[in-house]
Amino acid sequence: MEIKDFLAQLMAIPGISGNEEAVARVISRAFEPYCQEVRTDRFYNVYGRKVDFIKEGMPRIMVAAHMDEIGLMVSDIDERGFIRFTTVGGVDPRILLAQEVEVHGKRKLFGVIGAKPPHLQRPEDARKAIRIKDMAIDVGLPYERVKELVSIGDAITFVSPLMDLKGQMVSGKSLDDRAGVAVLLETMKELDALRFAADVFFVATVQEEVGVRGATISAYRLEPDIGVAIDVTHGDMPDAPRDETFSMNKGPVIAVGPNMHPKLTQKLMDVAREYGMDYMVEVEPRPTGTDARAIQISRRGVPTILIEIPLRYMHTTVETLNLNTVKQAARLLARFIASLKEDWDEWLSY
Amino acid sequence: MMKELLKKLTEVYGPSGNEEVIRDVIRQEIEGFVDEMRVDTLGNLIAIRRGRGKKVMLAAHMDQIGFMVTHIDEKGFLRFTRVGGISVGNSINRRVIFKNGVTGVISYEGEITDIRDIKFERMYIDIGASGQQQAESMVSIGDVAVYHSTFSENSGRYVGKAMDDRAGCALLIETAKRLQSSPHEIYFVFTVQEELGVRGAKTAAYALDPDIGIAVDVTLTGDTPKSRPMAVKLGGGPAIKVRDVSMLAHPRVRSLMVSRAQEAGIPYQMEILETGGTDAGAIHLTREGIPSGVLSIPCRYVHSDSEMVDASDMENGVKLMLHILEGEIEI
Amino acid sequence: MAELLKRLTEVGGVSGDEGRVRQLIRQEVSPFVDEVYTDRMGNLIAYKKGKGSGKKVMLCAHMDEVGFIITGIGEDGMLKFKVVGGIDPRVLVSKRVLVGEKGHAGVLGIKAIHLQEPEEREHAVKVKQMYIDIGAVSKEEASQAVKPGDYVVFDSKYVEFGDNKVKAKALDDRAGCAAIIELIKQEQRYGFDLYACFSVQEEVGLRGAEVLGYSINPDIAIVVEGTTCSDVPGVDEHLYTTLMGKGPAITIMDGSSYANKELVGMLVNTAKNEGIPFQFKKGASGGNDAGRIHLARKGVKAATVSIPCRYIHSPSSVMDLDDYKNTITLISAFLKGCEL
Repeated sequence: MEIKDFLAQLMAIPGISGNEEAVARVISRAFEPYCQEVRTDRFYNVYGRKVDFIKEGMPRIMVAAHMDEIGLMVSDIDERGFIRFTTVGGVDPRILLAQEVEVHGKRKLFGVIGAKPPHLQRPEDARKAIRIKDMAIDVGLPYERVKELVSIGDAITFVSPLMDLKGQMVSGKSLDDRAGVAVLLETMKELDALRFAADVFFVATVQEEVGVRGATISAYRLEPDIGVAIDVTHGDMPDAPRDETFSMNKGPVIAVGPNMHPKLTQKLMDVAREYGMDYMVEVEPRPTGTDARAIQISRRGVPTILIEIPLRYMHTTVETLNLNTVKQAARLLARFIASLKEDWDEWLSY
Repeated sequence: MMKELLKKLTEVYGPSGNEEVIRDVIRQEIEGFVDEMRVDTLGNLIAIRRGRGKKVMLAAHMDQIGFMVTHIDEKGFLRFTRVGGISVGNSINRRVIFKNGVTGVISYEGEITDIRDIKFERMYIDIGASGQQQAESMVSIGDVAVYHSTFSENSGRYVGKAMDDRAGCALLIETAKRLQSSPHEIYFVFTVQEELGVRGAKTAAYALDPDIGIAVDVTLTGDTPKSRPMAVKLGGGPAIKVRDVSMLAHPRVRSLMVSRAQEAGIPYQMEILETGGTDAGAIHLTREGIPSGVLSIPCRYVHSDSEMVDASDMENGVKLMLHILEGEIEI
Repeated sequence: MAELLKRLTEVGGVSGDEGRVRQLIRQEVSPFVDEVYTDRMGNLIAYKKGKGSGKKVMLCAHMDEVGFIITGIGEDGMLKFKVVGGIDPRVLVSKRVLVGEKGHAGVLGIKAIHLQEPEEREHAVKVKQMYIDIGAVSKEEASQAVKPGDYVVFDSKYVEFGDNKVKAKALDDRAGCAAIIELIKQEQRYGFDLYACFSVQEEVGLRGAEVLGYSINPDIAIVVEGTTCSDVPGVDEHLYTTLMGKGPAITIMDGSSYANKELVGMLVNTAKNEGIPFQFKKGASGGNDAGRIHLARKGVKAATVSIPCRYIHSPSSVMDLDDYKNTITLISAFLKGCEL
């Protein structure tokens, strides 16, 4: 399946943090043709295991990308059938007005997020961002019907399917980090054409957006020798500082900093240079906001690297990225995995 | 019975890190209703009822919030730091009591005129000492005081300090006492240091490695004048937690709890808590992950010296827990 | 003793870049222990086998210091940076630094006072506005010496001054590391197995300790830290936390752990019996490696003993040498009396 088709399929499936069962199923099926073994744990992390050579002492590698998306959740239903909600993950309340949503109750219900109309607001209020407690979802049904179909705790996702922009740019919700999951799939395909001596576990993790929880338990389960996280970082945007954002067509981003193993990161960059692959560098002074922060300190410690795809308008319904970067990241990762030889343990140690 | 138990438990001393006394009281209450008991390294009390089915860990925390003495000045006034989530607003001019029975009043530096300027560094505890020497003979640096207030009841509502989480402890004790038969192995865990960051639960869960975890703790309500929106109310039944800051309840555990409540005709409410966490937050991320949920007791004025819970919520909470334990658990 | 402190505090080792500290400590302790090794996060562990009780005692101090990391190079040759760990930005103005492996000299300058508007002087400078000047006049020239990802430390020498005082950077927690090294050098063998651990990345979230707690899983752990000493002008007496010169500070509770009461009792009794001055750390600020170690696996009994340091997390932190020596004496006596 083409990257774009896979992404489009994934993005259409609701999967807010804590409600990933449906996405996990689709990912599991997609991994199957490319892995020796695919498993799903009790929290719906999906593990696709891929080996080529079996060599004594070869590294056990965990490659993680998260499948959960940010979204909303039903917190109450008022007397007239309007649905009150709360956020799951880092949702900017300013994106919510006039959004189209799906409420996943006993049945999927289409709804819109509205608030007091502008001509009824006081002038001072109109200048402030509307707060979530002043918004409600209108599903166009009377109270009794809503009560039958919807419960507190039901998931609400945004309606924003994958859309083509010019060139290889695409836009939609949950590219953070379904694009990362697409990188996992592409890397498996790339590895089919390479020889490698590593026991690779591609893990689509859950609940990253609420505190890298899926990565915490899956890293504990796998006890890997090496960890790789694939996530997104900020693409350049007109109103964002230049030194905090990255170009959309200079390849993937490699992170450096205390959360990353310096020698492993250097090796990744060497591989990129050897194959003439573009990449940029992001300096992270703190534990990163990705699965890498959980993986590195799991059990006895895991040397970890982080590869990111520049993404504009993160955590909105119009997240935008360059599909080429997804391919480039996969190619880089596959070559990196293939480059690890028997002495990986020696040059990696401190 | 529940009323007497709650009165007893809420009036026992036991701030975070100093749970010895409350642990002994709970131990005495539950003795005879479980097969074995032990205390682990951090001080958690683990009471086990053996069984062959699923390993079920139930957790309620023994510790309450308090005030730790950090300094005794020349005039005998005590400076303090928080132990757990104490707020300035809940402390002004409240009465407190130390383990040895010394009582005191919390107040703030007199030159402050705006209540918003009051910070903990500008507050003190007055134990009525005549000077530094006398104060030092009454208390020491490191001693922890708790709210000094008594248990009372009005029309089916109980008010007292430390309902968070002695109400949870009471619910588990009652459950142990009334449980007739269960196929499962049940760990009644009375945890320490929850108020400092769900610490006891983390190590207890690691040691027990259960198949499922259910914490029992209080939650807020949205039923007081102009309260922050929340669909939970006193008397609406035990609350089944959907999520809070520390955890998204496992969907299978949530639906198990809902089914059992519906089957047995027990009133229940679904709960979303915007601030705060419970022991389940630590339990579910242990080892390879433990599917977990929370049975919450609706409570007004949490972390004040007068927390209020509803008698029927407590009774229905016990009924729900019994029904869950007596049936099959498929996750 | 002063020699070791000097070398340890002057070496550069920001969180994530502890290699030089690790090397130095490894050389110091190797002759005195049975095994020295590093783990997968870069923690250094020095193991001294016991006489057979099979119990494990862990001593722990962190190797990393707060500092900076280069995030970019401007066209004008100026370096942009971010802070690693917690530093009050106001401390940075007008200081000297050393950049990268080779320690290229740099300065954190600020617009000359003559060119400032009066209101500007009222506002603290933010890190986003700051830059490091290594004297390069172009991006090309700067790039020959440094690159994004290079770590930066304060340029601050070890100085003994005043009444038995020491000024240096990174007393938090090279003083702790030095204290543990001195303890190892005492060539004492105990009933228990001793694990002297030098952790990484404490300043960015107690990360090395998390891994150490899990791998070593000791019976008891004593963390040796450098802690806040705020007995300075402008601070109310009850907020001093510790007092300089009053001996090692024993923690009752801090932001990351409630010290095990049994261990605290043993430490206090040891101090009283041996006539070693000590104080309690008053106030529950801050966190340290004990925060993660005590929650490892099934739980570990842990306590913290700290050396009071004024102006902590600045290039000029100050410690009293007697407090430092008494910390070593206290822990040494505690270990000898420990019947594990």
